[in-house]
Amino acid sequence: MTARLLSLLALLALWAVVAHFGDPRRFPGPLEVSAAIGKAAASGELFFAMGVTMARVAAAFVLAMAAGAAIGYAMGRSPFVNEVADPWIVVLLNLPALVIIVLLYIWVGLNETAAIAAVALNKLPNATVTIREGARALDPGLDEMARVFAFSRWKRLRHVEAPQLAPYVAAAARSGLSLVWKIVLVVELLGRPNGVGFEINMAFQLFDVALLLAYALPFAAAMLLIEAFLVQPFERRVSRWRPRAA
Amino acid sequence: MSRAGALAPLDVYVAKKRLTNASGQTIDVVRDLSLRLDTGQVGALIGPSGCGKTTLMRIIAGLDGRFEGAVERPQGPLSMAFQEPRLLPWRSVEDNIRLAVPRVGEKELGVLLDTLGLGQHRSHFPGELSLGLARRVALARAFAVKPALLLLDEPFVSLDAPLALAMQRKLAALVKERAITTVLVTHDVSQAVRLANRIFVLSPRPARVVGEIRVESPHKGMGAEDARSVEKRVEGLLVQATAGLAIDG
Repeated sequence: MTARLLSLLALLALWAVVAHFGDPRRFPGPLEVSAAIGKAAASGELFFAMGVTMARVAAAFVLAMAAGAAIGYAMGRSPFVNEVADPWIVVLLNLPALVIIVLLYIWVGLNETAAIAAVALNKLPNATVTIREGARALDPGLDEMARVFAFSRWKRLRHVEAPQLAPYVAAAARSGLSLVWKIVLVVELLGRPNGVGFEINMAFQLFDVALLLAYALPFAAAMLLIEAFLVQPFERRVSRWRPRAA
Repeated sequence: MSRAGALAPLDVYVAKKRLTNASGQTIDVVRDLSLRLDTGQVGALIGPSGCGKTTLMRIIAGLDGRFEGAVERPQGPLSMAFQEPRLLPWRSVEDNIRLAVPRVGEKELGVLLDTLGLGQHRSHFPGELSLGLARRVALARAFAVKPALLLLDEPFVSLDAPLALAMQRKLAALVKERAITTVLVTHDVSQAVRLANRIFVLSPRPARVVGEIRVESPHKGMGAEDARSVEKRVEGLLVQATAGLAIDG
């Protein structure tokens, strides 16, 4: 832990030193960036932009996870569904994020629906493939047990299958969140009038690196905190029944 | 359908059951097999390893419907103890039983757990139990249902001898008290003689019944000599069945 902290401090120090000898406009130091963050926070614009972006991240994430879980489960359980859906998933997996975003903006319009759908569609195939692996790995023995003891469909899903799928859902969520928030910024940069991605675009037009970092760094920090305090505890929680390795 | 109802017997007829093995060959696992048990009777299936007993149990349980033939089960709940414990690893011992048998009473559950020596393991998770303990939990779960048909696939292996005897007594008492039709897969001839009314000796794969032995009132003090002579008959049939394997194969 101390090594981590020292390494982070060393990075900050290196940043300060390089900034000291560089062009302050192109390469502002930690103090300038902190000042820019303070200014953006004081005006409320930073929190508004972060709030808007976070809402898009949440909407796209939930959509992609829900659809990915449903499709992945169906594909993992039924070879027929897998045969039919697999080519689509392969195409989606290999389509560059940018292509999906631009196409949806053209087809649906420069609006919220297109933005969120584009992000969700980028995440969907990864979530689907991960959950499909989970559905394929479901223990047939437990399935038979549930049938013998006449578990209802809902009871089987909740008590037998969901706990087996949970580690896969957690893995999909973790990789999904980091993918989704990065793509949301691109979507905002290309076609939304607000959000962190939009502000980064503004800073780019002004060549204002301090402003750019003033939006990018707090947002990245917020996503890291969500990952550390929401996603990782969830992952630990769903795997807590596994016997602890001695 | 005239025999429908709780008093209907268990009637199993399998004309043919095929499986595809790992190398893609289709093999007959069961052929021309029929067995019948009246209500409250215990039938023991005994036969060489790999002869298809577990496949047959899955057919009787209704878990495998891909066979030629017909199975008529007594109406009412089914209960089964598989060869492996098949417990939900994310649920405690108590929850595993309660999930499978929601209507089990607190007192009944307590007695059952104590009888099987599981009293102090109630809140443990399956990962914390030895295989023997986990199998006992699976038996407790199977006994907690008040089933019309009870299927036990080698229920007493990996239990030490005194415990296996205690379990057998518990089983015999339950079956008698509730008139549960029971099918028991076992390798242990004396266990079969002690517990069963009918012993079905199976041939090597494809399994069929090569001998059916009736045991009179197995739970009441059968003389040691009588028991021994029945055991000898079963063993004789088993030897014949296995010799058949040597000649055929």
